[in-house]
Amino acid sequence: MAGANQTPAEYISHHLVNLTYGKLPAGYERVDAEGHSHVLEQATWTIAHGSQEAADMGFMAIHLDTMGWSIALGVLFCWSFARVAKNVTAGVPTGFQNFVEMIVGFIDDNVKSVFHHNNPWIAPLGLTIFVWVFLQNLMDLIPVDWIPWLAMQMGVDYMKVVPSTDVNATAGMAIGVFILILYYSIKQKGVGGFAAELAFQPLPKWAMPFNLFLELVGLVAKPISLALRLFGNLYAGEMVFILIAVLSNVGLWIVLSFGLHFVWAVFHVLIITLQAFIFAILTVVYLAMAYDHH
Amino acid sequence: MNINLTLIAQLISFAIFVWFCRKYIWPPIVNAMAEREQQIANGLQAAERASADLEDAKAQIAAELEDAKQQAAQIIEQANKRGSQIVEDAKEQAVAEGQRLKEAAKSDIEQEVNRAKEQLRSQVATLALAGAEKVLQASIDESAHRGIVDKLASSL
Repeated sequence: MAGANQTPAEYISHHLVNLTYGKLPAGYERVDAEGHSHVLEQATWTIAHGSQEAADMGFMAIHLDTMGWSIALGVLFCWSFARVAKNVTAGVPTGFQNFVEMIVGFIDDNVKSVFHHNNPWIAPLGLTIFVWVFLQNLMDLIPVDWIPWLAMQMGVDYMKVVPSTDVNATAGMAIGVFILILYYSIKQKGVGGFAAELAFQPLPKWAMPFNLFLELVGLVAKPISLALRLFGNLYAGEMVFILIAVLSNVGLWIVLSFGLHFVWAVFHVLIITLQAFIFAILTVVYLAMAYDHH
Repeated sequence: MNINLTLIAQLISFAIFVWFCRKYIWPPIVNAMAEREQQIANGLQAAERASADLEDAKAQIAAELEDAKQQAAQIIEQANKRGSQIVEDAKEQAVAEGQRLKEAAKSDIEQEVNRAKEQLRSQVATLALAGAEKVLQASIDESAHRGIVDKLASSL
């Protein structure tokens, strides 16, 4: 466990705090580990000690662990796939090229079955989302304490290794998708056409306010559901892993904990793949809807 | 669950990764896969064509074999016909030759006979004359009575 003398509640909440770098306002009172407190004379950019400071930083803060891991995984994706793309051959595919082609073919088939317009961005977008989100989710299968413990040895207090358990990460991607939905809706239908679509259906024109309300809720629900579905699933899964890990600290329960961990991990293999696929395919579906005239 | 700058940072890195994938990953891999698909399709098509060609060739071989057999039979038949023709011709020729030889021999014989007759006649005349001369002694003028005796000889 990350800390030797923690209560289960402390342990759990410790696992749920991101490594946050942000701006504390002037006059903020910080309390260090020994209980001494001092007041900041001016606004300071620093790493938060504990969840309270992280929360007090407000919007002007960034989760170093989320960004570090997600960028590292994104780079891993780009690097490994680009290496295949560089040496790709139309002859007999071998080794990793097989694997990459399997994923690319899988995404390509799915995108073609959903998205019937000509847009060279959609399929690569789907591939990026699928693989990147999958890799982020995959971090959930690393036993919950390994990397935080390593980080602790290196003097880093907080380390959340699964980027998709951070709502900022999932919402960041979902907002990207939302921007694309708006862009392609307007590009395909024009501002007027898009507005008409929002205002003049499902009921006739006289019910415009009602229509507008209904359609806007529907529109905004797309990115929110994308972000929260992924976040919720992974956050809950991570929480279960943490709870199982808590068990292992309580005497005889350790055997049961191992068993449970294994069972949940096997089940989680399904969840992380499914959630990555759902995020990718719903993105494509939403963009197909942006193209279609209703 | 603090919403903060991470959101923006993640949005930006998302955009960069998508751009990278669109630019450097997706096109070469998909192109290679399409190319391979084409190659496989071509290969299958070629195999199909080859097997069709093989069928054609087999049929052609059978037809040519049949043709050759027919020709051979024809040639043999012709040869047979020609052979019997030759034999027939030879027979005819032999018969004709025999006939001719017979004719020639006949005429030879006839000639010989005639010649012998002629000789005999002339000798008879001479003999008769000699006999008559003996009988009549010098009373006969040879030049005056030669004609009579010759006439006698020719009537033999």
